[in-house]
Amino acid sequence: MIDRRLVTNFDWTLLGLVVAICLLGILNIYSASAAYKMVGAPYYIKQLNWMAVGLIITLVICSVDYHLLEDFAYWFYGILICLLLAVLLVGKTSLGATRWLDLGLFTIQPSELLKIGIILTFARFFNNYHVVGGLTIKDMLYPLALLGVPALLIMKQPDLGTAILVILIALSMALFVGLRWTTMVGFVLVTLPMVWLGWTFFLRTYQKNRVLDFLNPERSRLGSGYHIIQSKIAVGSGGLWGKGYVKGTQAQLRFLPEQHTDFAFSVYAEEWGFIGTLLLLVLYLCLIMWGLTIARRCNDRLGALLAVGVTAMLFWHTVINIGMVIGLFPVVGVPLPFFSYGGTSMITSMVGVGILQNISMRRFMF
Amino acid sequence: MIKQQRYVRETAHPKRRTIPLAFGVTIIFCLLILRLWYLQILYVDEYRALSENNRLRFLPVAASRGALMDRNGTVIVRNRPSFSLALIPQEITDVEAMLDRLASLLGLDRAELEERWQKTRGRARYYPVVVATNITRDQVEIVEENRLRLAGVEISMKPVREYNFKQSAAHLLGYIGEVSEKELDSEAYLDYNPGDYVGKNGIEKAWEAELHGEDGGRQLEVDSRGRVLRVLNESQPTVGNSLVLTIDQRLQQAAERAFGSHAGAAVVMDVTNGEILAFVSSPTFDPALFAGKIPTDIWEKYLNDKRHPLQNKALSGQYPPGSTFKMITALAGLEAGVINESTTVHCDGTYEMGSGKFRCWSRAGHGSVNLRRSLKESCDVYYYHLGERLGIDRLAAMCRRFGLGETMGIGLPGEKKGLIPTTEWKLKRFGRRWVPGDTPPAAIGQGYVLMTPIQMVSMVATIANEGTVFRPRLVKQLVDADGKVLKEFVPEILGRVGASVANFKKVKQGLYAVVNDAGGTGAAARVSDLKVAGKTGTSQVVKLREDRKRRMAYEYQDHALFTAFAPYDKPEVAVAVVVEHGGGGGAVAAPIAGQILRAWSDLKKPPQRSASPLEEEIDIQPQSGIASPVDAGAVSTEKEPSE
Repeated sequence: MIDRRLVTNFDWTLLGLVVAICLLGILNIYSASAAYKMVGAPYYIKQLNWMAVGLIITLVICSVDYHLLEDFAYWFYGILICLLLAVLLVGKTSLGATRWLDLGLFTIQPSELLKIGIILTFARFFNNYHVVGGLTIKDMLYPLALLGVPALLIMKQPDLGTAILVILIALSMALFVGLRWTTMVGFVLVTLPMVWLGWTFFLRTYQKNRVLDFLNPERSRLGSGYHIIQSKIAVGSGGLWGKGYVKGTQAQLRFLPEQHTDFAFSVYAEEWGFIGTLLLLVLYLCLIMWGLTIARRCNDRLGALLAVGVTAMLFWHTVINIGMVIGLFPVVGVPLPFFSYGGTSMITSMVGVGILQNISMRRFMF
Repeated sequence: MIKQQRYVRETAHPKRRTIPLAFGVTIIFCLLILRLWYLQILYVDEYRALSENNRLRFLPVAASRGALMDRNGTVIVRNRPSFSLALIPQEITDVEAMLDRLASLLGLDRAELEERWQKTRGRARYYPVVVATNITRDQVEIVEENRLRLAGVEISMKPVREYNFKQSAAHLLGYIGEVSEKELDSEAYLDYNPGDYVGKNGIEKAWEAELHGEDGGRQLEVDSRGRVLRVLNESQPTVGNSLVLTIDQRLQQAAERAFGSHAGAAVVMDVTNGEILAFVSSPTFDPALFAGKIPTDIWEKYLNDKRHPLQNKALSGQYPPGSTFKMITALAGLEAGVINESTTVHCDGTYEMGSGKFRCWSRAGHGSVNLRRSLKESCDVYYYHLGERLGIDRLAAMCRRFGLGETMGIGLPGEKKGLIPTTEWKLKRFGRRWVPGDTPPAAIGQGYVLMTPIQMVSMVATIANEGTVFRPRLVKQLVDADGKVLKEFVPEILGRVGASVANFKKVKQGLYAVVNDAGGTGAAARVSDLKVAGKTGTSQVVKLREDRKRRMAYEYQDHALFTAFAPYDKPEVAVAVVVEHGGGGGAVAAPIAGQILRAWSDLKKPPQRSASPLEEEIDIQPQSGIASPVDAGAVSTEKEPSE
């Protein structure tokens, strides 16, 4: 039933890197939420549970040959589009955004599932679509339509962060397949007016403010610019060695916003210093490089595409979150995979790891 | 024109492009690391200075709570500032000495300061600990004068409630108080801190999330003495939203005046949409006392009063509806075809059934009684008879169509369900079968039947509007601080009775006779220029023989009830009055309902008729000449349970 080679080929490096980041994250969540008054289980315990659930999901996913995912990809895509439409019509609104769908037993966030969905869809599309000399603009029309529909639906929610991520994941995969230089220039020419249109018609005031605040944090010290300033103070004051575990004054005085979720990294940076952030960044770099290695070692096109897609997802999450926390990007609500508190992010990331593991285990089979 | 080509394995594999991707990834990571190096190594001193050398402090600024207004915009509850004294734990080295100093300077109780310090300490680190609330302006000044000796002491201003109409509608409005330990530990109060004021009851509690507003805060940079150097960040508190209630404060006060010193409840409802126009629960209490430290003696007085001033009787009081229930029994009988308007029953004062013997309140009997007369004179025998033929389950089914036996979802804490017994219920509750002798008392609203005053007013309103059960509503609009309407609440229909209009009309004719025909039990509710229809009720608290009743203690006296609607031809308003242990419904409750309807009718008239209709025209209705028969179903059977 299960090939013995699958067990011997189990990718311990991948698992080790993921578990290491998760554990550092849980350690950090303990500190980040130490100043909270809590009801029920503390966040770090909950995160430990999510990690366990995530690992089980990983095991389930890697036990099924990823080639089955290909047959299932478009169906999954279609269902997700329906769910996204349902969110717009009957979704649950919280904090001004409608992202959740109440299924009675539990609520789901279809935009989160779409990150995986777009990886599967693009992998299937490019697997069957072979070109010589890179993709032309015409070649890109169909995949761009596949991408555009859900991306617009997500932007409408509004969830700018997820929309940007989905687009980045998809474009990374296209880049991997290969783009002609004319295509790239074409993109730039199309994107600029699109950004302008988006700015004028799609972005909500709070989103515009975030971008403006990022460009000039002093613009409003009270609004979202406050987050950037406080986060930079936290990271910067950490210095080389950090202030010590659970001793970060910024975090313990609760100057940081969302400090156990989106801003978990700044708590970590304050308490562990440059040494700590370097360690964590190296762990992430290793994980992403390992993802690319899995893509490289894989013997078929589908596996390589899937692996690159998942790696791109982890990469962009990491870069956007850390970039935001250290003031390189505007504040968009993107969690740091495995590190920020939150079940949704953990599950999505672990599904990705499951796919990577799946491909890695079967690298000798084709 | 998309070419679908199967891949050719080796040549099609773009694996070589992982190399440039890896390059890109590395470069971006290097940028991140460079940025971290810039922040954490190059500029560490600057950021350290910002985070450590300065003492940053967060001073919460409580949001002003939304106001409560009546339907005409009259402000019932608003805010006034209240000052409290807080200590910042990490700023104070010698707490004992500080508490001593505060106690002697301000004349505060040392033990109390100590207690509050111990209780709230360590909940949220670095957060000011409130040690005294509601301090006076003089005390505030003393603190300001002694600033230097009181490093780490903060004065914070919090808005507290001011009640423009004192104790009026206290049960409806509820009160606010300091958030309790237990509340702080619950999910709903995660964003709250010790010392915050929250709604504790009534509208204040039910609408806490809207009324509270969003607390703001100041991030201050202070020197080692606690003096503010500059304000780093300031987020203004957002004033909570206000509510426009459905009650009419003028009618509310008229109803309270009419109710006088009795214990019980009176509710007035608009029969066309379920809006509650007045909501009286008596005796009342002073909601202002709960915001500060409530004096022990007053607290004990409230707690020990056998008339339970703190209980919201309109929602939580469950009473046997007594004869007011007959309107439902009658309608059920008509609908089931068991009776019609000309069916007569002979009443000789008693009704025998198996071993049980049930008495009509009129010992002599009513003689031959038809539907109209049965309601008008409240003949019990007629309904014993009808109840038996109808059976409890058909009667209960009609009650369910009126929404009885369930909470009406008025949206205030403590609403009770009342009780509509069925055969199934009795088996489940007592493990005993429903016996035929259980039915006659239920048919006259005694026995197991219980209703809240809110349900009673809904019942008569549903009769008045011929079958629409509205959810009783207390809130008309949600408005923001600028008066902009955020949400308009619309009538909500809980269900429809679905009985024929003709049958409703027959019952209504009977109710009209109760008030207006000679010999009707509700004559005391007559109002000039207004056609009132209603039903009296006198519900037994315990079963006792008539002769022993006279010497009974207060808590064993009958409840007096009256439910009515008006105008008879085109009903607009319904009222239910329950006077606990008040005696006869016709004698005690009906005049109160009459006065309330009088006030309602006067308020409707154009204002030019009288400068202040309230003051002038709500004089007590003359009560002389009114025969006030006691219409209790004096039941003497051992099956009769007591409350």
